[in-house]
Amino acid sequence: MKNEKCIIIGASHVAAQLAPMLRQQGWQGSITVIGDEYFLPYHRPPLSKAFLAGDKNTEGLLIRTPANYKRAKVKFLLGTRVSRIDRELKRVVLDDGESFQYTKLVLSTGSNVRRLPLPGIDLKGVNYLRSIADIEEIRPFTGENKAAVIIGGGYIGLETAAVLRKLGMKVTVLEASSRILERVTTEQISSFYTRVHKEEGVNIVTNAMTVRLEGDKKVERVVCADGKTFDADLVVVGVGVSPATELAEEAGLKIDNGVVVDEYCRTSDKNIFAAGDCTSHHNFIYDRRIRLESVPNATDQATVAAKGINGDFKHPYNALPWFWSDQYDIKLQIAGLSAGADEVIIRGNITSGRNFAAFHLKEGKVIAVDSINKAKEFMIGKKLILEGKLVDKLKLADEKVEMKDLL
Amino acid sequence: MPVVKFVEFDGTEHEVNIENGQSVMKVAVDNMVDGIVAECGGCCSCATCHCYVDDAWFAKLAEPEETEKDMIDCTAEPKETSRLSCQIVMSDELDGLVVHLPESQF
Repeated sequence: MKNEKCIIIGASHVAAQLAPMLRQQGWQGSITVIGDEYFLPYHRPPLSKAFLAGDKNTEGLLIRTPANYKRAKVKFLLGTRVSRIDRELKRVVLDDGESFQYTKLVLSTGSNVRRLPLPGIDLKGVNYLRSIADIEEIRPFTGENKAAVIIGGGYIGLETAAVLRKLGMKVTVLEASSRILERVTTEQISSFYTRVHKEEGVNIVTNAMTVRLEGDKKVERVVCADGKTFDADLVVVGVGVSPATELAEEAGLKIDNGVVVDEYCRTSDKNIFAAGDCTSHHNFIYDRRIRLESVPNATDQATVAAKGINGDFKHPYNALPWFWSDQYDIKLQIAGLSAGADEVIIRGNITSGRNFAAFHLKEGKVIAVDSINKAKEFMIGKKLILEGKLVDKLKLADEKVEMKDLL
Repeated sequence: MPVVKFVEFDGTEHEVNIENGQSVMKVAVDNMVDGIVAECGGCCSCATCHCYVDDAWFAKLAEPEETEKDMIDCTAEPKETSRLSCQIVMSDELDGLVVHLPESQF
């Protein structure tokens, strides 16, 4: 109906997928996207990769062109913050008090970076990494032979380390736990990335608890609990994210490690949908509630939500999670979730070179795969996970056996 | 401006403008061509922008890299003329390029 109104909060990967699709599938009412940044939806993964390296400009990051949204009659309110959702009157209220009615509302508020409440964290040259604006603030502090300290040895931190090395900086990664990537992967993969980053000249320090940052006006050094100090022209903090659920919570929607959605991306309010990083859903493959920080999840959920908003509930969300990370000459592709695995099978050489895959098994079945420059293992690995049958471990470990023959 | 033609699995055709230097995947996404999913945004990681290049054009494309070949080999229906459209970059020589989209992305 023409007088219906769909509002999407968050100019995100979700919005870029959902808004034009909603129109394409027959939505006749208005579509408005409200975003607190000043850009149309852009690809976030390249921020810590090609964009930081300077190989991509802002225009190159945009997911769709302005013309595309214009054709789909999608309106954007950028640089605008929503302060609350009034579910009773079905309207969103902006920071400045202005309000907009909705028929259907979509929450795609994404993630907030976890902040470190440390002395000196507000010094110039100390940055988080989540947005275009963050990168623009980081840039002036980069440069050959300058020192960068990265707090947090997760994927964002390590991708940043790789780019800053490429830019000729001296790079130290401080990881609070006993190994990098501890939260997201197994010991073998952590050791592999530790080796690679050492080979590339990065100084990785584990069990390094940062206690303060020091400097006169701008950051000069980072101090750890054991008294060690690290000189720094630039500090990048990448210690994880949390789902941006503030608006949903305040509006009384059900929250459980993210905005709770069903397989059609509906929240506990039938007129409000949610998709992407800010949500948690029951995953059919792993039979548990999960929250994913991932682009494929955002776009897939957006597709399901677009259909639901148009009244089509025939296609529940049941995609296999997958992720990627590019560092140096390494293309890492991850399919599935490895938590709960009881065995790891390595195919290829993990102790030297940069070409192998790690299959994570549970009770003899593949539940996840990390592939390092091994695209076939990733592609077939996805199929093995979905098939869910017992796998021949000897063949899986034998590179002479074609991956296809394992199906 | 150069053009590229997409032929969907069901025969629907889209002829769209494309600038030199742009990837074929990018203009497909921008023109809402069904059948180009492009989950990874063009970094050759997902193989959801798989297409079959029209025979007349296939030889004019630059050779694919190993990763792309491996990914294609494991898609639902690889063919001799398979490419990932995110890796096809437009140039004057490719003006008029025709690509067909597979059933699996339909």
